[in-house]
Amino acid sequence: MAEPDQAVAPCVMLHEVGLQAGGVTLLGDLSLTLPLTRRVVVLGPNGAGKTSLLRLLQGLLPPTRGHISFHDGPQTPSGSGGAARRLAYVFQKPVMLRRSASANIEHALAVAGMPRAARRAAALAALERVGLGYAAERPARSLSGGEQQRVALARARALEPLALLLDEPTASLDPGAAAGVERELMRLADEGTGLIVATHDLAMARRMATDVVFMHRGRVHECGPAQRCFESASDPHWRRFLAGQWLD
Amino acid sequence: MSDSADTLARLLGLLDGSLPGLWPVVRLSIQVSGAATLLAAAVALPLAAWVALTPFRGRGSVIAGLNALMGLPSVVVGLIVYLMLSRAGPLGPLGLLFTPPAMVIAQALLVAPLITALARQTLEDALAEFGPYLASLGAGKLATMGTLLREARFSLSTAVLAGFGRAAAEVGAVLVVGGNIDGVTRVMTTAIALETSKGDLPLALAMGVVLVLMVLSVNALAHGLRVYAQRRHG
Repeated sequence: MAEPDQAVAPCVMLHEVGLQAGGVTLLGDLSLTLPLTRRVVVLGPNGAGKTSLLRLLQGLLPPTRGHISFHDGPQTPSGSGGAARRLAYVFQKPVMLRRSASANIEHALAVAGMPRAARRAAALAALERVGLGYAAERPARSLSGGEQQRVALARARALEPLALLLDEPTASLDPGAAAGVERELMRLADEGTGLIVATHDLAMARRMATDVVFMHRGRVHECGPAQRCFESASDPHWRRFLAGQWLD
Repeated sequence: MSDSADTLARLLGLLDGSLPGLWPVVRLSIQVSGAATLLAAAVALPLAAWVALTPFRGRGSVIAGLNALMGLPSVVVGLIVYLMLSRAGPLGPLGLLFTPPAMVIAQALLVAPLITALARQTLEDALAEFGPYLASLGAGKLATMGTLLREARFSLSTAVLAGFGRAAAEVGAVLVVGGNIDGVTRVMTTAIALETSKGDLPLALAMGVVLVLMVLSVNALAHGLRVYAQRRHG
């Protein structure tokens, strides 16, 4: 994948990682290096293993074989905690606690160990950054789907991770709200936050990706810089996916 | 006077205070059942959270046991507490038998399994909804438990109310350990049982209406608070 300069660029490395559940192989022997400073889009049809991969990276699922390690860049103190301190996960359906938008972010900051006195200002600043300052005191669950996803982005960004893991971040949104979320993601990336986005939306991938990983049936079939992957597809499954054809 | 007219007259008499003895009984009923529910909830909610969040060997059996205890006959609970508190029992020296605290203990034992079982299910549902998110934050067990208890607070209040309803409605346990002593341990249910056995059905019916109104009022108040809070917090 994307050959990050391992001397300087933070990345996450999968070493022959496999995942099985109930006797079914969800992911098989993945050896992959994903940069945490770029916009990596993980593509694949439903059931390809995209969500499982993201959950493995975040530590929500333990691999049944192999292991995952982080390479920290010069700005990141080595051994500064696990995935929860380096990565922040944004779920397909935003998970909103039964409290205000601001309190949702304050809760995440509290779990991350931020002192109480600093949380409120940090939460409000995070909401302002995504243009939701007006909704700070509104119950998070009363916001629209697009607004909730932006609160989730603001909350994840407030944790100051190296990269965000995003599972189909626009799948349940209407085109307008999806465009808003996509703009926000690009802005976050421009500010230096890495993105690893799982999606089956090819158009979104073409707009956003600097790097692509294509998965099918739990295996990586294609990966590399986005331009090369899109322009000279070598894997037959990847070619069929690009052509919008059914995959066996 | 017909029975229904007599019942209505007795009911009005009870409510306006011209027939004495109602309000002390109502007050004691609320105090005993309220204290028992609070005591049971104080034990049941952490226990439910622990069972819901902790994978351990034999968990299924513990859950089955808790569910089975929901159907515990109240007279059996009363009998067990009676044996514990009687002069020859291990807690006899405390001298609690035939006092309101004995009734509180009996009712708490009766409703704790009910609150535990309902709260466990509620918290497991909350865990399914919020667990992955909290895990993604790296939340520890204590932080996860605290968050889930807060997120499920409206449903948990329903579990606690169900406990109060059972405590206020039961008669067997409080009769055995309280003795239905007038002015000391007489509560609504034991008073109704007594009036029925004396053949004063209109008075028993009137007190039954008051008991139902009491339980409905507490539930309506709690429901109103829950609706208000849900609108406010989502």
